[in-house]
Amino acid sequence: MLQTAPRSKRTTAKKAPVHERFREAFRWMLLARTMEEKLVSLYRGGHITGGVYIGKGQEAISVACGLFLEKNDIFAPLIRDQAGRSAFGEPLVDVARTYLGSRLGPMRGRDGNIHRGRPSDNQLAMISHLGAMVSATVGALMAKRFKGEKKFVGLTAIGEGGMQTGSCHEGMNIAAVEQVPLVVVAFASHDLVERAIGYGFEGYSLDGTDLNACLDVIGSAVKRARAGRPPQLVVAAMLRLSGHGEHDDASYVTDEIKRQPFAQDCLKLAEKKIVDLELVDAETLRSWRDDAAAKVEEAITTAQQDPQPAGEKEDWCALHTRELLDQME
Amino acid sequence: MSITYLEAIREAQAKLLREDERVFIYGQDVGGTFGGAFKATKGLAKEFPGRVLNTPISEDAIVGTAIGAALNGMRPIVEMQFADFSSIALNQILNHAGTHYWRTQVPVPITVRLPGGGTKGSGPFHSQSMESIYAHYPGLIVMTPATVEDAYTMLIEAVAIDDPVIYCEHKYLYYHLKADKLPEKGLPTGRARIARAGRDLTIVTYSAMVQESLSAAEELAREGLESEVVDLRTVKPLDTDTVLASVARTGRLLCVGESFPWGGATAEIIARVTSAGFHLLDAAPVRINAKDTPIPYHPNLWSAHRPSAKTIAAKARMLLRE
Repeated sequence: MLQTAPRSKRTTAKKAPVHERFREAFRWMLLARTMEEKLVSLYRGGHITGGVYIGKGQEAISVACGLFLEKNDIFAPLIRDQAGRSAFGEPLVDVARTYLGSRLGPMRGRDGNIHRGRPSDNQLAMISHLGAMVSATVGALMAKRFKGEKKFVGLTAIGEGGMQTGSCHEGMNIAAVEQVPLVVVAFASHDLVERAIGYGFEGYSLDGTDLNACLDVIGSAVKRARAGRPPQLVVAAMLRLSGHGEHDDASYVTDEIKRQPFAQDCLKLAEKKIVDLELVDAETLRSWRDDAAAKVEEAITTAQQDPQPAGEKEDWCALHTRELLDQME
Repeated sequence: MSITYLEAIREAQAKLLREDERVFIYGQDVGGTFGGAFKATKGLAKEFPGRVLNTPISEDAIVGTAIGAALNGMRPIVEMQFADFSSIALNQILNHAGTHYWRTQVPVPITVRLPGGGTKGSGPFHSQSMESIYAHYPGLIVMTPATVEDAYTMLIEAVAIDDPVIYCEHKYLYYHLKADKLPEKGLPTGRARIARAGRDLTIVTYSAMVQESLSAAEELAREGLESEVVDLRTVKPLDTDTVLASVARTGRLLCVGESFPWGGATAEIIARVTSAGFHLLDAAPVRINAKDTPIPYHPNLWSAHRPSAKTIAAKARMLLRE
């Protein structure tokens, strides 16, 4: 069953009613952008080991992924989902601690950057191999069904590249076989929504630069999944406004691509809507910025003061069942 | 009453389903009336409705799904139709399940059953022994039961363990091994077993090679040579202490495995014994594995490809002459 929602037209978007959670969503986007700009700055200053992977341009889609989930739902975010992670409830200090390698973070220096999560709080910890989290989310939903829970959903994000993996294909297929309440949100510069037909998903596409559309369409998809409709696929058109990571200058993105409508900055568009429609006054907007900056500063300062892991003190045991650790030395 | 290795695996699963509501079985054709490619789940779908679930041919997603379910309180048992096909699921097993506890402090209690090892006519893609690949990676327990009793108790133990367990069941043993009854309890996980006591030579092995090694030991005994056969039971963790204690008694070590020869369990045993027990050895340790080619189809080639009682005995004689 394919239902392709028309892409939002910006000319009519101003007249469309503003989603009731637009302001709240904008603040999460602002926080994510502020945090990631700080991380980029720290990386360029040589204070972050490994890499920094940001979601610039993807915040509108991502925030909608996290905003409509309840605590008991399952969220399997991907690389550029800072806004969604925050909206779902990830403490900002988790981000800082993971990037800065704190011993006190959720990954305790054992894994870094966006490879983080708190599975006990229903936020799965992604692995780098794209598509792998789709079936893991399906399994989490099956467990809830086994346990007799009701009205839960799971949501996972995937990029256009990740959608080409066998793992993603297998995961989406098995979701349809099991008829679990799954929402897959894809970020793409091509409209791949017709794939929904083959998978037995309901499919929707939207303009990923338009926060209002993201809230409407992804919010509705979550609602439908929760109500027992088939798995949902939402394909959001957008352009990553950065390289893959900060080591990548994205020089391969041509000016022609940058002029496309899907290459606009969703945060700027959302702020313009706030100003144009006078959703809040200038002073409130400024206070939101200040608040985001203060939260980021606090998270980074906290993480910078944390203890770092040490090789000689590390617990080199990859098993929960310690007595089964292979004694090699 | 007589019960086979295969029936023991089925009975263990029935007991787990009966006694633990967190357990479900997940794999290709395991449900319905079919009961799996080897009938290891025959009748269980009817006895436990909704808990023995057929899957698409999607090994990656099967294990991914099991991981997600395990993270949410379930104890899934995954059946790979053949161990060979678990190569499709390597990413989920090694990179997802195997890393998860280390990364997040949240364990992934899945059991992945791998029907492996050679049988006549099965060829390159239905005969592989995968234990050495899985043992190489952190975060996994690798079981290789060699007896009916162990097939039963170790599968029950596998599901109880909070970490991911790769349970390597040998297809050749399915119908060839029989026991009078199933035990209530087995040896602890990670403890090797002295399958036969002897004074002249230690043969360390696991899975179906235990039976071949015991046959070789019989043959050698007729020549007055007494071999001690150590059944590792689990390849990881590897019970180095029991192996070293045996080598201390015999002074000679022969390791036997059915997997390919480069690296692997047999090489690991020799590395440990030469590092920790060099002084115990009266001769250089020796190992015997399958040949370094894909596994052949024709019975004549297949039986020459894997170690057998005959080739094990020959290797033992050579070692005892040193």
